[in-house]
Amino acid sequence: MDKNRKVHEFKNPVLNWIEFRLPIISYFKKEYGDYPMPKNCNYFWSFGALATITLVTMIVSGIFLAMNYTPHTDMAFDSVERIMRDVNYGWLMRYIHSNGAAFFFIIVYIHIVRAMYFGSYKYPRELNWILGVFIFLLMMATSFLGYTLPWGQMSYWGATVITNLFSAIPFIGEGLKTWLLGDYNVGNATLNRFFALHYVLPFVIFGVVGLHVAAVHVHGSNNPDGIDIKTNNDSVNFFPYMLIKDTVAMCAFGVAISAVIFFGPNLMAEVDNYIPADPLVTPAHIVPNWYLAPFYAILRAVPDKLGGVLLMFGAIVILFILPWLDRSKVRSCNYRPIYKWFMMGFFVNFFALGYVGMLPAEGLYLLIARVGLLYYFGFFFIITPFVGWIEKPSKLPLSISDVYAKNIAPNIGGGEKGMPAPAMQKDTNL
Amino acid sequence: MAKKPKNKRRDFLQLSTVTLGAVGTAAFIWPFLKSMSPAEDTLAAGSTEVDISAIEEGQSITIKWRGKPVFIKKRTKDEIDAAKMVQASDLRDPQDDADRVQKEEWLVLVGVCTHLGCVPLGQKVSDMKGEYDGWYCPCHGSHYDTSGRIRKGPAPKNLDVPPYTFLNDNTIKIG
Repeated sequence: MDKNRKVHEFKNPVLNWIEFRLPIISYFKKEYGDYPMPKNCNYFWSFGALATITLVTMIVSGIFLAMNYTPHTDMAFDSVERIMRDVNYGWLMRYIHSNGAAFFFIIVYIHIVRAMYFGSYKYPRELNWILGVFIFLLMMATSFLGYTLPWGQMSYWGATVITNLFSAIPFIGEGLKTWLLGDYNVGNATLNRFFALHYVLPFVIFGVVGLHVAAVHVHGSNNPDGIDIKTNNDSVNFFPYMLIKDTVAMCAFGVAISAVIFFGPNLMAEVDNYIPADPLVTPAHIVPNWYLAPFYAILRAVPDKLGGVLLMFGAIVILFILPWLDRSKVRSCNYRPIYKWFMMGFFVNFFALGYVGMLPAEGLYLLIARVGLLYYFGFFFIITPFVGWIEKPSKLPLSISDVYAKNIAPNIGGGEKGMPAPAMQKDTNL
Repeated sequence: MAKKPKNKRRDFLQLSTVTLGAVGTAAFIWPFLKSMSPAEDTLAAGSTEVDISAIEEGQSITIKWRGKPVFIKKRTKDEIDAAKMVQASDLRDPQDDADRVQKEEWLVLVGVCTHLGCVPLGQKVSDMKGEYDGWYCPCHGSHYDTSGRIRKGPAPKNLDVPPYTFLNDNTIKIG
């Protein structure tokens, strides 16, 4: 390369030395310092940062748990109890990890709701959305594998039920299941490989998150009005504005998760998992973790084994093609008077599916699950393409600044209300 | 200038935010580091009781204490005399035999060479016992005498004496 190429100049000579050889300093400055964020972004836009922080917390607490965990059917349950009773702060590690998993899903679900409602999946961010769905899939796999490790009754029977899903595949199903388990039943071989995979998958997630973030930084973040940044007046620098905003969100999140870790650590746990695994007795009522329950409800709503499995996986896979099902050019549902309500209906429906997924599949619950299933797929295959076709969107603002110029009056998109925005200058000398 | 008090306020806010953040991070890291030190059940396994009634004079047994070998030897008259005759000041790690035992005939040692952690030979009758008829470390050739003191070879210190008490004539509690 050209020796005379232009290099960023910093005051610190060490930074210059590094920068000349590896332009990482200017990269961070560009991506996390001067990176322009739409100035109308509300707190929904903090959940990506929260998810990253949670991922790191999960990896760190997981590594420390692994130092004391034994992946063997005879010892796994006892080693977890030893972590709870004897290992210094072991209870804290484990409660951070188990509740952290639940909070990770809460955050990611809110992150997905934000992306769907404000149309972040649309051009030019489709690949970003696909990577996100991929992360979501990996998270579900990882949490399932992790749930097996304490080797309680729910661990064992959850693993049994989920791995049996594969036996629904015609011809190769049984063989595939046996291959996955490494045994005819969920056993020591299964526990060992689940532990190995549970350890490595988070690092895979971390890698995909890196791509996910890199991809969003190419075209910049979406915003509640779903319109592009046009001038410098439409954006603020990531540092310090968004960093501080994300920090405030992180503090609020820290209070919420600490409240659960310290005052209700088993709120989201199933009591049956404190009974050691017993291959001869199935608990009366097998419940998935709540964050997987909507998909579990879909599985049970179908009276056919293979059909249930296909629809359950289909419910996730369909997310991949959402950017192409939605034909509307308008991103934000704030400007889509019809689709907005269907979208909110989708969220309510997903929540309802999750609720019935935790209850026995019979009577009214089963009926709700079936109606929910119809709406879930109807939303993607019928409502989304056709509403985009017939709907007349409301008039979009000319620019992000324009939102503030006109709307000191009711601003539907959230954002910093009542801020004298046009007068606000971008402060570039920080 | 009018700007000054404003900057002071900003400095204060910045400093207090960073300080609080640092304290919070440290408080978060501490439990993780602490979780790596020995757990409660490991600490509880820190003492062992040993029945010594079956040990004959001149015989030695090896028991495990905190994962390490501990030698318990009932010394013969000759061995005691040999240990007592040595002038402490001539030794690399000066110590009188009397300071290393509670009862003359019972010698209790941590059986780990003070050089690099091997287990010295000398517990079995057939073992090499070294030039001073105590113990001999095969790894790098350290010789210990009948009081477990270093006499020759690379080891810097005498074999450690663990904390122990005689519960009665036949039982020792180590740890």
